[in-house]
Amino acid sequence: MKTSRRDFIRIGSQSVFVLALGFSVSGKAKSLQKVTQLGVEISPYIVINESGKVTLFNPRPDMGQGTYQSLPMLIAEELEIPLEQVDIQMTDGSARFGSQLSGGSSSVRTRWIPMRTAGAAVKEMLMQAGANRWKVSIADCYAKAGFIINRNSGAKLSYGELVEEATKLPVPQKPKLKTWSEFTQLGKKSFRPDVTSKVDGTAIFGLDVQLPGMLYASIVHAPTIYGKVKSFQADQAMGVKGVRFVLKTERNFYHGPFSPDIELNQKARSKSEAIAVVAESYWAALKGKKLVQATWSSEGSAESATSQYFNAAKAKAQSDGVTYKDAAVGDFSKALQLSDYKIQATYQTPFMAHAPMEPCNATVFVQDGKVEVWAPVQGPDSLVTELAGYLGMKPEQVKINVTFLGGAFGRKAYYDYVLEAAHISRQVNAPVKVIWTREEDIQQGPFRPGMISAMQGGIDNQGNVLAFEHRLNGASIMANVFKADMRGQVDPWAGEGISVEDSPYAFPARRNSFNWVDPQMPILWWRSVYASTNVYAQECFIDELAHEGEKDPLDLRLQLLKDSPRFIAVLNKLAEISDYRAKRKAGKSIGIAIARSFASIAAHAFVVEKQGTGVKINQIYSVIDCGFAVNPDNIVAQMQSNLAYGLSATIKNEITRNHGVTEQSNFHDYAVIRQGEIPDAVIHVMQNEEEPGGVGEPGLPPIAPALCNAIFLATGKRVRTLPFDLSSI
Amino acid sequence: MPIFQLTVNTKKHRVDVDSDTPLLWVIRDEIKYTGTKFGCGMGLCGACTVLVNGSPIRSCSTPVSTLKPSDKITTIEGLAAGNAVQEAWIEAQVPQCGYCQSGQILAASALLATNANPSDADIDNAMAGNICRCGTYPRMRQAIHAAASKIQKTKKA
Ligand code: FES
Ligand code: FES
Repeated sequence: MKTSRRDFIRIGSQSVFVLALGFSVSGKAKSLQKVTQLGVEISPYIVINESGKVTLFNPRPDMGQGTYQSLPMLIAEELEIPLEQVDIQMTDGSARFGSQLSGGSSSVRTRWIPMRTAGAAVKEMLMQAGANRWKVSIADCYAKAGFIINRNSGAKLSYGELVEEATKLPVPQKPKLKTWSEFTQLGKKSFRPDVTSKVDGTAIFGLDVQLPGMLYASIVHAPTIYGKVKSFQADQAMGVKGVRFVLKTERNFYHGPFSPDIELNQKARSKSEAIAVVAESYWAALKGKKLVQATWSSEGSAESATSQYFNAAKAKAQSDGVTYKDAAVGDFSKALQLSDYKIQATYQTPFMAHAPMEPCNATVFVQDGKVEVWAPVQGPDSLVTELAGYLGMKPEQVKINVTFLGGAFGRKAYYDYVLEAAHISRQVNAPVKVIWTREEDIQQGPFRPGMISAMQGGIDNQGNVLAFEHRLNGASIMANVFKADMRGQVDPWAGEGISVEDSPYAFPARRNSFNWVDPQMPILWWRSVYASTNVYAQECFIDELAHEGEKDPLDLRLQLLKDSPRFIAVLNKLAEISDYRAKRKAGKSIGIAIARSFASIAAHAFVVEKQGTGVKINQIYSVIDCGFAVNPDNIVAQMQSNLAYGLSATIKNEITRNHGVTEQSNFHDYAVIRQGEIPDAVIHVMQNEEEPGGVGEPGLPPIAPALCNAIFLATGKRVRTLPFDLSSI
Repeated sequence: MPIFQLTVNTKKHRVDVDSDTPLLWVIRDEIKYTGTKFGCGMGLCGACTVLVNGSPIRSCSTPVSTLKPSDKITTIEGLAAGNAVQEAWIEAQVPQCGYCQSGQILAASALLATNANPSDADIDNAMAGNICRCGTYPRMRQAIHAAASKIQKTKKA
């Protein structure tokens, strides 16, 4: 922890005391001078006014995963203020708040200590201020519900009465954090403070932003995604009442993908061109959009097809690939040679659109020397950098207002839609709200990459696994989003969920490797990223090895994980709640899968039954060990959420592309799980005192393999390609 | 442009829009009730659900010209404060991102108005048109059952 400086400043007639604690701010963090109608800012995240009102700044956008509650609650717990009494505001992307990205299920686990430390430091300063006032020692004071209380006399002073004095005190270097048994807010079921506004329609999403003089834009994107405008006809669109402009704009695939095969593509694929219809109402913009006539070049992805991509990936799977260090154990080739039985299987997972309920949208106003954004974005700080670079401005000239996100699943950490709105606003000199249609959302990417997993394993006569190999073949987010040169490299992210740490099966020899394939389309992280594809193959293939070696799949896992107690505990709990060992009638079966991702372990059991040509899911059981549970009820909610999202990607939908064009367009051909399509799950959250792990994503990876493992037992058929139709196996 | 008269949440509104404008955009952009959401524009997702004379409709696919001034349009903003459905929704902590929830709550309210004690199958039928990408389905089911029994209790009392 670093402490920086204190300032005394005056805003209008009001004296405001500013104490800047650089908890998350890098060395040179300058001050917190710009405060605030709200009161005294004591740390970047905490403002207390004279009446004692506490405002907490929340550096993790909420897309449904619960950070609107969880992050402020970390502070509130240590600050001794009930969360219900606190105002919560989202941070604006400025550097003093440090990293502000909701992604990688990282919010609680990375801010667990820093946010609590901020709360604890401010509490200690308020206590010291109280002690000074009463001329007693700090040990004679304690904090409760917004007051400092004198143990001896029982006298009370509110935080508001002490805040001015507190700012003059030295900042505690190592404030004492509460022990877990002292928590009064963390660790129990609690009501999320955003729920009421999401029930009565008052929550403001990006779509709901209204500004005076605002214009609406709808955009005609290039059908082949990377294409450029050859020519366009605006007359008809301009004829629609309310349409003000029809103009050329551009879409940035920021950072630009790397494509060594076709050098030209690197340039072609960093930007596409598009046509914006800007109007006084969104309906006029949509009507105008339908009347724009355009011709397009299709450079960058002219003939690309997902079928070709998968063929290329399968061809690459024949070669060893580059080895991952985090999963290299023993000599795989030798161990395979020495095995009595050798088994191979190839698994395929599809490209996916994120399809959050709220399509991408952004309201942006570019003016001379400044730009302001109102939008659902996962990381306002990275957007500041992106937008400042794009517009040639300084970060201080960029202000981001983060709204609620109507779902995101990774999509809204890619800011192409915000940059579009900026590009248009700059041309029309007005605030512009860009709203993508559902068709654009599903057709334009970026997509989760589809992958080919080529598995090889060797077992001995007793059914012991001697050798295990997982070859990943497919697209690289590092290459596509961050321009990394993948030649001779592994994409470190692509190995997610199957490293020795995440999949600690005690194979005497194992190897993971990566073969890079150019997807010729923009790709992106999608809920649980590569764990969503890797774990499917990994956990199905474990089952294949178990059956080949005539072992029960649970028993084989227990045997191979015997040195990983948290995995064993999760498996035992899953077996218990699902009555795994019960005898089941022919045609009825139970399948399981387990995986660690984002520092949490999740496992599912699916009970299925043969029905006609397919199967029916009768029951789902789930267990998660995410360490300390900040709000256990929200963890259950996130498991439920993963089940619907993950099953949609298993039995409902995929993105296919042909001749550079996406073949799906809306929820009729990109179907998702609806009410009544899956049984409600029995969900167990493990109780322990481990550090918190991720919650938003870890439930997803083991879903598809648990279902497919059950299907194999019920039908004898091994499903190795997703998605599949549950009614015809 | 023609002028249309609409009754939204018991208030009369006059709007000056093209006759093919979907009710969704009239409610959101003209009358400024933003609780009603846009999700697909094709009647496939239910995010835009509002009630017309008590029945759920997809406002994204309902041209404003098809509504009469006497039609009672109810959006999420027009539900009675403290109604059993919204209370049950809070009690069950249903919303995650929250974006689909206005439509879900209106669809559930319409169901309970015609079916005081819906079975699971009734719920599946009535709610199948409303997608929730956050997967709040089990909690919505739980909340609908809870709201139903609460309404029945209040009636008896
Ligand atoms: S927006 Fe109307 S049904 Fe989807
Ligand atoms: S709560 Fe997010 S889509 Fe339903």
